[in-house]
Amino acid sequence: MLINDTRYRSYTFQFVALLLLVLAFGYLGSNLLDNLQAAGLNISYQFLGEPAGYDINQKLIPYTSQSSHWQAALVGVLNTLLVAFLGCLMATVIGVVVGVLRLSNNWLVRQLMSVYVEIFRNVPVLIWILIIMAVFIAVLPQPRDFRGDDAEASMVLGAFAFTGRGFYMPAPILGAGAGFVIAVFVASVAGIFAFKNYAKKSLYDRGKLIPTFWPSLAILFVPTILVYFLLGRPITLDYPALQGFNFQGGIFMRNSLISLWFALSIYTAAFIAENVRAGILAVSQGQTEAAASLGLRPRRIMNLVILPQALRVIIPPLISQYLNLTKNSSLAIAVGYMDLTGTLGGITLNQTGRAIEAIFLLMLFYLTISLAISAIMNVYNNSVKLKER
Amino acid sequence: MSDTHAQSVAFVRDTMLPEQPPPVTEAGAIKWVRENLFRGWFNTILTIVSLYIIFKIVSGAYPWFANGIWNTSSLAECREMLDGMTGACFSVLTERWNQLLFGFTYPPEAYWRPTLAFVLLIVALVPVLYPKAPRNMLAFTAIYPFLAYWLIWGGTLLIPLMVLVGFAAGYFAFKQFERQSFAMGMLAGFAATVVVIWVGGTIPAALPDVLALEAVRSRDLGGFMLNMILGTVCVSLSLPFGILLALGRQSSMPIIKWICVVFIEFIRGVPLITLLFVANVVLAYFFPPGSNIDLVLRVIIMITAFASAYIAEVIRGGLAALPRGQYEAANSLGLDYAQSMRLIILPQALKISIPGIVNVAVGLFKDTTLVAIISMFDLVGMIRGPILASTEWNGVYWELWGFAVFVFFIVCFTISKYSQWLERQLATDHR
Repeated sequence: MLINDTRYRSYTFQFVALLLLVLAFGYLGSNLLDNLQAAGLNISYQFLGEPAGYDINQKLIPYTSQSSHWQAALVGVLNTLLVAFLGCLMATVIGVVVGVLRLSNNWLVRQLMSVYVEIFRNVPVLIWILIIMAVFIAVLPQPRDFRGDDAEASMVLGAFAFTGRGFYMPAPILGAGAGFVIAVFVASVAGIFAFKNYAKKSLYDRGKLIPTFWPSLAILFVPTILVYFLLGRPITLDYPALQGFNFQGGIFMRNSLISLWFALSIYTAAFIAENVRAGILAVSQGQTEAAASLGLRPRRIMNLVILPQALRVIIPPLISQYLNLTKNSSLAIAVGYMDLTGTLGGITLNQTGRAIEAIFLLMLFYLTISLAISAIMNVYNNSVKLKER
Repeated sequence: MSDTHAQSVAFVRDTMLPEQPPPVTEAGAIKWVRENLFRGWFNTILTIVSLYIIFKIVSGAYPWFANGIWNTSSLAECREMLDGMTGACFSVLTERWNQLLFGFTYPPEAYWRPTLAFVLLIVALVPVLYPKAPRNMLAFTAIYPFLAYWLIWGGTLLIPLMVLVGFAAGYFAFKQFERQSFAMGMLAGFAATVVVIWVGGTIPAALPDVLALEAVRSRDLGGFMLNMILGTVCVSLSLPFGILLALGRQSSMPIIKWICVVFIEFIRGVPLITLLFVANVVLAYFFPPGSNIDLVLRVIIMITAFASAYIAEVIRGGLAALPRGQYEAANSLGLDYAQSMRLIILPQALKISIPGIVNVAVGLFKDTTLVAIISMFDLVGMIRGPILASTEWNGVYWELWGFAVFVFFIVCFTISKYSQWLERQLATDHR
């Protein structure tokens, strides 16, 4: 019999599984078609070209309510990427600091940091987002408090205004020749890498140690500042200023963006801190001692022996935390930040009633990001894999 | 030594010095403080900064707690009583206690039912969580889901009873055919379950009033109860599915493997909120026309699918961590696939996976708050919606959110501490 003969058994099972799968999909598909027909709907992506008819208050590209749903989705994509990028950056900084401090030899700091980690890891991120939003609105002054001669609130350094509505900060205005300054800056950054490579090569080939810290700093700042002043200061700042009841000019980050950003950062940072701690603990004490007995100095021990080994342990979970943060950024809808879930999965879906299409596209977007990040992670994992004989 | 040098040196001590206590700075509390709080200038700065932060938090929170008011019926009344002092209006918690726990449409005269279900949940969990508890308590654990369904949703007891009878029949059929082969046993068990539930399903329809509690509709569930229901149900359902998916992904049969891989990677690649959107607006399209599956069930389906994918990955890690020799040893004993998995591989692999599974469970429990976004009124939904929007309590942020943080922290922290304890209990190596 097919099921008892080991030669054919696996084919039997696979055939049955495939058959069941096809039947299940067929059943679901026919239900879908019947339901769509009953509701007088069809699957179509025409709605993407139609005018969206709603406004988005935080956007990176030009968009008006006359723009199409497609453009609204694009604004959402960029907003998702914006908050994910900012969040990853801040979460890494906080996470590394907290993770290192958890291993500090100061008892009080250690306790404080473990309290931070436990509290933030064990409470849903949605609650943190909502709390920070509520605190934001309740604690920070409103733009009207900045008015008058004896105003209740004042701008920081005359350039930054922290209000309950959001943060206002100066925006750079690029004049003629600004492109040149930026090009010089980019070139100096490339120059630093070249210089570091040269220093490394000189160390390995000729055994000559070249100091890198101060020269790098000089390469970074001197040419750019020189060109900036030679060209007559082509980049100026547009300061936000109070006009009527609100600030005008500068860059405006809405409170929803900021609270989402902060909440995702401090929540993810608690997880990153644990990864960093585990990574550092994974490098045994013997490695430090071995390096010291070779005569390396503490900074070189850190850079050449500890960090390369610790990073191998830290980076894979770190990247999956970035992925989690990106996926959690879809909670933006709870505070009204218009990311992709808010535009395509929120207002567009409700206005057009195209639930299946909108959610399909939404999932496709997140899936693409996840698969791309996993691919990068696999490449990295292969490159740092211990080369065994 | 002293003999040889006795003539060459001027003085040789021939008695011991009396023992001295160590210097004050090198012993006891002072030594500890010096070493742990004030070692070096950087360390001292850290200590001072930490002390300042702690002082700020305590000095801000203490009067707020100490002046807390517990027995007013609105925010205005509470502010009046505080009279400008710093203080918390905890009265929102006492006044809305039932809403926070049960939601705002659950019938008040039936509050005892979920409460009883919760108490019984603890009893049912004891034999699962505590390996030393008497084993026959597991019988109650097996009955519990049906009992809890009856208590929370109400209706006639016959419906859960029939399902229970169906599962019991399936179990006996499985036992009968297991000797032939595991697959035959599973098939027979499945068939028996379906047949008994199908046939038995006609009985409750004929006798809707036997042992009936007042029926509660799913959309009336809410508050922290909803989080608990979703968390418990989805975690317990996702474990078996997760194990199956993990085994499928490890399988040598390409079609089965690829089905599992695609499912797991798809679910793990999308945020839970999109799956909840699916449950909310799309899933209904895939059910037969005219059927009306309620939202809680749809949400349970999607969250379970979500959790199974994550649990599958954790268990796959456990399976991969087992030494190859265990698989070979099982084969050389002449065990077939089902036997070797059940007797040799899975017990060890699951033990390795405990920390990961608990992480997923904690994450899942936290994620149940996401249902607030598809306008279900769980704890977060209740606070965000009916309570903060009410005229009496508009503006009581700290007390309500503090309560939510407190509740979730207690539950999640307890679970993770429990998993660490269990890991130590189950550790059989490196003694």
